Amino acid sequence: MFKILRKEVLANKINLFDIKAPYIAKKAKPGQFVIVRTDDYGERIPLTIADFDREAGFITIILQEIGRSTYDMGKLEVGDFFLDVVGPLGKPSVIQKYGRAICIGGGVGVAPIYPITRALQAAGNHVISILGANSSATFFGEKMLKAVSDELYITTNDGTYGEKGLVTDVLKRIISNDDIDIVFAIGPLGMMEAVSKVTSLKRIKTVVSLNPIMLDGTGMCGACRVEVGNEKKFACVDGPEFDGHLVDWENAKQRARMFEKQEKVALTQSCNCHSKGEGCNV
Amino acid sequence: MSKKEIVKKKYDMPLQDAAERAKSFTEVALGYDMETAVLEAERCLQCKKPFCIEGCPVNVPIPDFIKLILEQDFAQAASIIKEKNSLPAICGRVCPQESQCEKHCILGKKHEPVAIGRLERFVADWEMQNTPELKNPSIPVIDQKVAIIGSGPSGLTCAADLAKLGYKVTVFEALHTPGGVLVYGIPEFRLPKSIVAQEIDKIKELGVEIRVNSVVGQLWTIDELMQEEGFAAVYICTGAGLPYFMDIPGENLNGVYSANEFLTRVNLMKAYQFPKHLTPINVGERVAVIGGGNVAMDSARTALRLGVDNSYIIYRRSEKELPARLEEIEHAIEEGVEFKLLTSPIEILGDEEGRVTAIVCQNYELGEPDVSGRRTPIPIDNSTYTMEVDSVIMAIGQGPNPLIPASTPDLKVNKRGNILTNVAGLTSIPGVFAGGDVVSGAATVILAMGAGKKAAESIDEYLKGLRN
Ligand SMILES: Cc1cc2nc3c(=O)[nH]c(=O)nc-3n(C[C@H](O)[C@H](O)[C@H](O)COP(=O)(O)OP(=O)(O)OC[C@H]3O[C@@H](n4cnc5c(N)ncnc54)[C@H](O)[C@@H]3O)c2cc1C
Ligand code: SF4
Ligand code: FES
Repeated sequence: MFKILRKEVLANKINLFDIKAPYIAKKAKPGQFVIVRTDDYGERIPLTIADFDREAGFITIILQEIGRSTYDMGKLEVGDFFLDVVGPLGKPSVIQKYGRAICIGGGVGVAPIYPITRALQAAGNHVISILGANSSATFFGEKMLKAVSDELYITTNDGTYGEKGLVTDVLKRIISNDDIDIVFAIGPLGMMEAVSKVTSLKRIKTVVSLNPIMLDGTGMCGACRVEVGNEKKFACVDGPEFDGHLVDWENAKQRARMFEKQEKVALTQSCNCHSKGEGCNV
Repeated sequence: MSKKEIVKKKYDMPLQDAAERAKSFTEVALGYDMETAVLEAERCLQCKKPFCIEGCPVNVPIPDFIKLILEQDFAQAASIIKEKNSLPAICGRVCPQESQCEKHCILGKKHEPVAIGRLERFVADWEMQNTPELKNPSIPVIDQKVAIIGSGPSGLTCAADLAKLGYKVTVFEALHTPGGVLVYGIPEFRLPKSIVAQEIDKIKELGVEIRVNSVVGQLWTIDELMQEEGFAAVYICTGAGLPYFMDIPGENLNGVYSANEFLTRVNLMKAYQFPKHLTPINVGERVAVIGGGNVAMDSARTALRLGVDNSYIIYRRSEKELPARLEEIEHAIEEGVEFKLLTSPIEILGDEEGRVTAIVCQNYELGEPDVSGRRTPIPIDNSTYTMEVDSVIMAIGQGPNPLIPASTPDLKVNKRGNILTNVAGLTSIPGVFAGGDVVSGAATVILAMGAGKKAAESIDEYLKGLRN
C-alpha cells in the first residue's frame, strides 16, 4: 500500500500526487516511470515519475483524467492509498553535457519533462524549455520549469496563455537561428511526431518518450511493442525513450487505439454524469 | 492377497460437461472422490522396483503414498509426498504425467498406467480440506538472509526449503501477485488461483517474506542486495517470460497478442470480468492461436471461454508432435478448439484502422527427423491460403527476461540469454545461484521445482561454509 502524502490540482483534470515510496524514490532517475494500480479491480497504469525526493522518501506523479482508471485515481485524496506502485521502470534518460538543449513538454508531458530539464541544466547544458497546452485551463508547470531552464517559452493552441500556436512554431523559430545539440520532447504522439519531423530536417538528435499501452512493465507481455528503426522494441524495458527520427509513428498511433471501444465502455459505466446530464469527457 | 482381476483402465476423472465448461472459468477436472481414489489406488501393483519414481523429477515415493491411500491414511500420504514435493496440489493438476511418472508405470506396458497425478491431486486436496495446518515445529533460527528473485514454482520451492532449515528468506516478485506462471499464465479452469494462494500462504507461514512490486535489476541490483541489503546468498528464478514473435508482416496490428499478454490480461487482471475488472481484452469472434504447446492450448481454451465463435490452433507439425500435455489436447478438442495442423502463418492482414482481418497460412509436410528427433516441417509450394480471423495469439515460445543479466555484468549467460550454472546451480558469481526456466529455458513446473530444491541444498551448503 502506498500512501498519498500530498495532492494538488494543477489544472483542469490534472492532479499531482506525492506518494510515499521510499525504495522507489531512492532509485528513481529522470525518464523512468512507475506502474500504478488503484485497487483490486484496477488496471496497471504506467505513469512517468515527475519528481522524487530521496530523503523524504516520496515520488511525485502527475496524471490527467482521460480514461476510467485515471478518473478513479483523480478521486483519491491525501491519506488514501494506491494498492500497488512498482518501479522505477524503463531506462533513465541519458543525461550529459550536450551543449544547447531544448526540452519540449506538451499537455501533461510537462510533468515528465521537468526532471529531465532539471538534470540537463545541472549537467551544465543551456536549456531552452517550450511548454504547450490546448488552453490556459489545462496549462500548468510554468513556475516549476522556469526554475530549471535558461529560457522558457509557452504556447497554447487557443492563445489564452502565452503565445498562440504550437510548440513546433517556437521550435522552428529557435532552430532556424540557433545551433541546438539535442531535443527532448514529451507529450501527445502527434506532438512528438511533429517535433521529430521539424528536427529531422536539420538532423538534430531528438529523444521522445513513448507511452504505449502497457501491462507488466518488465518485458513480459509485449503489449508495449513499438517499431523503431524497423525493429520491434518493448517500450517498458528498451525505452521509454527512443530516437524520434526512427519511430514508426503511424504504428504507434494505431496501437494506441487498440482498446478504444472498451475504454469508452469502462468510462461510461463509471460516470453518472451522462444520465444526470452533466458534461464529462466521454 | 489373492490375485485380483486387473482393472485395465484408469478410473475416469469426473469432468465438467464440455459444452458447459467451454463457457466458464471454473475448474474443468473435478477430482476423484474418496471411493474412486481408493479404487484407483488398488490398481497399483506395489512393485518392488518402482520405475514410476524414476520418472518423477523429484522422486516422490509413489507406491508408498498410494499404499497409504489404500489404507485411507490420507494425512500420512500427504505428508510423505510433501517431503519431496512442496506443491502437490499444483503438480497433481499440471504435471505432464504421461511423459514422467505414468510413462514408467509397469501397468502402462499392457494397460493404462496408474493415474498417479490424479491420486496426488486427491491427497493434496484432501489435506487442504481436512487437516488444520500443523504448526511448524520451532526451527532453529539461522542468522543469514537469502534473497529469492521470482515467485514462480522454482522460487517458492526454494524459499520453503530454506525457511524450513531456519534461514531468513525474502522473495522479490515483480508483479503484484506472487506465483509466476501459476497465476499469470495457467488459467483458472485448469489451476484455480485459490489453490495457488493457499500454497503460498503455507509458505508465508514458514516465515518467508514475499515482497511484491519489486523488480530486481531496477530497484536493486544483485550486487546491492548482497552488499547493501545484507543478503548472504541469492537465488535467481525469474522464469522465461520474454515472449517471442515470428517477425512476419502484420504482427503489430491491433488484435495481435503474445500469449503472455493475452493470458495475463485474462488470468491475472481478470479481463473476462470486464468492466467490473477494468483491464480490457478484445479478441472478436474468431481467434487464431499460433503454436502447439501448453501455452497455445491454454490460450485457445481461454479464448473459447471469452465467447468466441471459432478458436483455432495453428501448428507447423502434426498431431503426434504437439508438445502440450495430452490431457490438455483432449480437453481442447472436446471443448471445440479447431486444429489446423501442418500449417504456419506467413502474414497477418488488417483493415485501414489497423485491426486484424485475416491470416495468410501455408501448408507444411514433415521431412526427416532433426537433431532433436522431431521431424522437420517443410513448407509446401503454392499452398498458401487466407483465413478470416479477428485476432491472433502468438504462443511460439518464450525466452529469459534480460533485466537481471543486463544489470549484472558478471553474470554469465548463453547466447539465448539463459543463465549459466554448474550442477549445483551456482552461477558465475559467488553466492549467486539460479534455476528454473531462466536456466533451462521454458520447461515444466516440476522441473522448476526440482531446480529450486537443488538450489536450496546448494545454498545451505554454501552458507554453512560461510558460517564455519
Ligand atoms: C500458459 C502456460 C502454461 C503452462 N502449462 C504447464 C503445465 O501444464 N505443466 C507444466 O509442468 N508446466 C507448464 N508451463 C511451464 C511452467 O509454468 C514453467 O516451466 C514454470 O512456471 C517455471 O517456473 P519458474 O519458477 O522458473 O518461473 P516463473 O513461473 O516464470 O516465475 C518467474 C517469476 O519471476 C518474476 N520475475 C521476473 N523477473 C523478475 C525481476 N527482475 N525481479 C523480480 N521478479 C521477477 C516473474 O514476474 C515471475 O513471477 C506452462 C507455462 C505457461 C506460460
Ligand atoms: S510430481 Fe509429477 S511426476 Fe512426480 S509423481 Fe507427481 S505427477 Fe508424477
Ligand atoms: S508492458 Fe509488458 S512487455 Fe512492456
